[in-house]
Amino acid sequence: MAETVEFELVSPQKLLKSEAVEMVVVPGGDGDIGVLPGHSLLISTLRPGVIDIHEGGKVRESIFVGGGFLEISPERCTVLTEESTPVGDIDKAAADARLSAANDALASADDATRVAAEASVKVAEAMVAAASRAS
Amino acid sequence: MPNLKDLKNRISSVKSTQKITSAMKMVAAAKLRRAQEGAEAARPYAERMERMLNSVASSMVGVDGAPPMLAGTGKQDTHLLVVCTADRGLCGGFNGTITRQTRKLAHELKAQGKTVKLLFVGRKAHDVLKREFADSIVDAVTGIGRRGVEFTEAMGVADKIITMFEAGEFDVCTIVFNRFQSAMTQIVTEQQLIPFSVAESEDVEAASGAQPVYIYEPDEDEIIAELLPRNMGVQVFQALLESSASEHGARMTAMDSATRNAGDMIDSLTLTYNRTRQAFITKELIEIISGAEAL
Repeated sequence: MAETVEFELVSPQKLLKSEAVEMVVVPGGDGDIGVLPGHSLLISTLRPGVIDIHEGGKVRESIFVGGGFLEISPERCTVLTEESTPVGDIDKAAADARLSAANDALASADDATRVAAEASVKVAEAMVAAASRAS
Repeated sequence: MPNLKDLKNRISSVKSTQKITSAMKMVAAAKLRRAQEGAEAARPYAERMERMLNSVASSMVGVDGAPPMLAGTGKQDTHLLVVCTADRGLCGGFNGTITRQTRKLAHELKAQGKTVKLLFVGRKAHDVLKREFADSIVDAVTGIGRRGVEFTEAMGVADKIITMFEAGEFDVCTIVFNRFQSAMTQIVTEQQLIPFSVAESEDVEAASGAQPVYIYEPDEDEIIAELLPRNMGVQVFQALLESSASEHGARMTAMDSATRNAGDMIDSLTLTYNRTRQAFITKELIEIISGAEAL
């Protein structure tokens, strides 16, 4: 058994996942970060994307997250996110609908709402990408 | 002498009241359990958020150009009070204590020559205070937590606060809510949201030797700019969860004692009813006997 790192996925409502994994790849604000045991201390933002849990050289589980924060210590990787769905559960049609709704919202956004609208477009785009990767 | 018919009506009306209060008690107990579970489940997120924020913030304390949400605006002239109450009554002293505390706080601040603004979450305190502080009220949010408090609802309130802060409408923000201790007791709590108070880092350092040094990606400024609004949402969320658990707890206790009072009342009314009936029968008997004797 290889060394493991404790992976935690936390939403405001509850602790979604807490388990030992061999490697996890998370979408950091500046690019994907692969977390192995003994990673240095790091705090980062999380961009919308997919978290891959690796085991035995293969991806065991993929989870879509809609942005958040990330804290890494040598023995732990904590992801704080408001939105997460296992990639297999994403409904492609729903994701597409969400993207077009977000685009519409952006088109009609004024200065006050533009930033929020852009963010929701990004989340929707990442979700569509995750959905098409799964199928 | 009370009329028999009236007494009977009275008893049946108290009985139906008792049925209602005991049903409300049961509903409140179920909701309380759910609210408590919700509050419990939300704790890990808040804890980790706080840990992250503290480690980022402690590296920024004393640095020029720290975001105003962390360092304050440098003034203390205008205070915003966020007041959390329930939308509905019949929950004992729950709304009353919050309202009283808010009034006291507002008067104290005004006495110090500061401007007070009020943001209400939940209808009750707004109903009571809207006349007294008509020109201080900025907004009232209602309908939160009807089916359990959602994080998005808390984020909505937090956004409102942040927008106001960025527009420079206040300097200090405090949230007033009931902290849940048990179904019997709720503690009125004031918690400062802006400027965010960093936990005493001396304690942390003393406990763990040296503060661990983190790598920040992209950098501290950007992380803190994202963390602070999110943390605000979390703080509001926590307060709302506590407040909703307290509300159901208070309602459960209030309805329990109301049910018990109704029971006592039914007992005493039934006693009076039976006595009156007895007296009535006795009176009729006396009338019949004395009538027979007269013949």
